[in-house]
Amino acid sequence: MLRVISANRALAEAVKLARPKVVPVYPITPQTTISEYLASFVADGELKAEYIMVESEHSAISAALGASGTGVRVFTATSSQGLALMHEILFAAAGLRAPIVMGNANRALSAPLSIWNDQQDSISERDSGWMQFFAENAQEALDFILQAYRISEDQDVLLPSMVCVDGFILTHTVEPVDIPTQEDVDKFLPPYQPTHSYLDPEHPMSIGTFTDPNYYMDARYDMEIAMEGAVDVIRKVNKEFEEVFGRKYDLVEKYECEDAEIILVAMGSICGTIKAVIDDLREKGEKIGLLKVISFRPFPREDIYNAVKNANRIAVLDKNISMGIGGVLFNEIKAKMDVDASGFILGLGGRDVPPEDIIRIIERTRNPTDTQKINWIGIKEEE
Amino acid sequence: MTSIGATVKEPGSSKHNKTGSWRTFKPILDKEKCIDCENCFLFCPEGCINKEYDIDYDYCKGCGICAEECPVKAIKMERE
Repeated sequence: MLRVISANRALAEAVKLARPKVVPVYPITPQTTISEYLASFVADGELKAEYIMVESEHSAISAALGASGTGVRVFTATSSQGLALMHEILFAAAGLRAPIVMGNANRALSAPLSIWNDQQDSISERDSGWMQFFAENAQEALDFILQAYRISEDQDVLLPSMVCVDGFILTHTVEPVDIPTQEDVDKFLPPYQPTHSYLDPEHPMSIGTFTDPNYYMDARYDMEIAMEGAVDVIRKVNKEFEEVFGRKYDLVEKYECEDAEIILVAMGSICGTIKAVIDDLREKGEKIGLLKVISFRPFPREDIYNAVKNANRIAVLDKNISMGIGGVLFNEIKAKMDVDASGFILGLGGRDVPPEDIIRIIERTRNPTDTQKINWIGIKEEE
Repeated sequence: MTSIGATVKEPGSSKHNKTGSWRTFKPILDKEKCIDCENCFLFCPEGCINKEYDIDYDYCKGCGICAEECPVKAIKMERE
């Protein structure tokens, strides 16, 4: 059924269809409406879950982890400062291999204080052991939540997932979204059956114990194996998702990459703007392509390399900055594959990225002066 | 091998962790000098000394409290 809704509504609809048993959420702009939709679903009896009203995001993720430890499906959602406050427990959730799914409305981190969009919040949690999937639109937000549960709960993965939607650009704008039937979702996503870590008096175990140097490192190694193995699990889940719902996904999306001389690499809603620019330029005969990275963790290095290796020039667009070294996606691509790319920082704290900026990026990529230099797009001084 | 999520499924399995390996100094009791006051038995924070004053070196971390509390200096701390 097609409905005109925001990404936050689409995400909440997906959560309702996934039937979690516990939902601890603390409201924060621009995630707030997710918490409101879920609260009304529970109050109206549409979602049979325990909605825990917590006093902070640290408590929200702590309650989510505790609930996951009882062996039930759990959802939480946050944004920006809230995600930063969760930082400590994010590592605990991944280390305890709790298959929690979280919605993150991407928003800038303070200071200066901003409620607007960039992707610094989730990118800064890249080492936590959580998987991160970036949605371009509301439909993907819905679809990725359903897929995230399948991927996280897979016996070969057992790591938590974050579905990232760009704050305001997606969370507060509406577009047509196909909401699947409960019957189809139940077919794709059966109830969670915990086997590895759950509190059950019949099979007692200790969760979250102290580990001495004899154990810690092996547990971390197992997480790395699980994260690398998640690549194949995502492909399998994408295929099964297509069979049930008819929508095709991969770890990356290639848009006009086949014969492209210049390929732009980006994540999230900005890919919509880039596609529109590419369509215009293709009509003028310019061979430009886009590689949309959906799965930031696990990092799909082979998929990225195979998509960009034949292009003459590559531009990587980051809505984040690791001070002193540049955009994180740019640096990871440079570190993991032998390609020459130009890095661009843009859209921080809600700075608008109009199509003209994308054209400017293409021109700078075509004739780079220094690829080591980090290019800032939209800074007032340069205009 | 560590279990997924480092869960512990065997009750009481912390005894497999022989904390005696942390020790730098080892308490040696001279039973000839011992006056049976029970100070070392009472003060040992790890419960590593029994009423016969046998020291359990599997778990003794070598803190030296027993030697400090012995009124007749019957316990010597020797480097491992």
